[in-house]
Amino acid sequence: MTTTSITLAETPLLALVLRRADDALILGHRLSEWCGHGPMLEEDIALANIALDCVGQARSLYDYAATLDGRGLTEDDLAYRRDVGQYRNCLLVEQPNGDFAATIVRQVLASAFLDPYWRAMTASADPTLAAIAAKAEKETAYHLRHSAEWLIRLGDGTPESHERTQAALDDLWPYSGELMESDDAEAELVRAGIAVDPAAIRPAFDATVAMVLREATLTAPAAPWRQGGGRVGRHSEHLGFILADLQYLQRAHPGATW
Amino acid sequence: MTTVQTIPLWEVFIRSRNGLAHKHVGSLHAADATMALQAARDVYTRRGEGLSVWVVPSNAITASDPADKDVLFEPTASKIYRHPTFYEVPDEVGHM
Repeated sequence: MTTTSITLAETPLLALVLRRADDALILGHRLSEWCGHGPMLEEDIALANIALDCVGQARSLYDYAATLDGRGLTEDDLAYRRDVGQYRNCLLVEQPNGDFAATIVRQVLASAFLDPYWRAMTASADPTLAAIAAKAEKETAYHLRHSAEWLIRLGDGTPESHERTQAALDDLWPYSGELMESDDAEAELVRAGIAVDPAAIRPAFDATVAMVLREATLTAPAAPWRQGGGRVGRHSEHLGFILADLQYLQRAHPGATW
Repeated sequence: MTTVQTIPLWEVFIRSRNGLAHKHVGSLHAADATMALQAARDVYTRRGEGLSVWVVPSNAITASDPADKDVLFEPTASKIYRHPTFYEVPDEVGHM
């Protein structure tokens, strides 16, 4: 039986690039699902803008990953032809949009990490990653500002908006720790000055989240447990549905263009 | 969409480049000034239009009554000497 699926020989650098690329693509895809369904026209466009920033970051990163892979694959091959188990995104970004509050909580948690992460990555010894970071950090700064302003208004809004936002925070909080996880391969890149240790972003993440939650009158859950596994391809059931949506056309009609 | 009706309306002005005035580009709904600025950025500067954005609460604008159109504006129609069409403006003057 023939298959169009691909797997990559993941060197430490390629693995790092795929993690960042998959985070960006899946988060961007989730946000794009709001297109035409936003709570108001202004926010519909705002979410689509953020989605496009994420997909743009994913494209640059996939393009670099394809170069590192060296087999002549393209960014599209990496997005459309890897199965669930090959995806390296964290579980947070694949969580469903839920109500608007869940989307905003997910975005604040992701951006509170991604924004300082990309700012730190502008000093990467890898010139391609440094260039991608320089573009991304301006975008993530806005994503954080926009989602944090919404979180404050939802949390400190009506009793219903407060309740829904707190519920979303309780649901998504256990997924936030995975953002700051890394492994031995990534530690090697950190020593070489190519990567930033995600754990080193923790203080900035904690400070941002604490400040926003305080203003939003929300309470960070105690979180006795932490969810992870995305970085090694152990995903929640949601990613399969996302990829079914995302990859259907290229899987049914390999190489189709228009 | 009933909730949207309780969200205030804002008028958006964008300056496209240095030296030119802010121009009215449209309106939008937002809960407050901060969110209005962000929405203006997202809705009206998607194609690199702006260097600066103003938002003004729509209800802060006092408008002339369309019914007064003739009283207010008709009398100027006969005063063609107010138009600077009798002068040649040198190219160097630029925006005037």
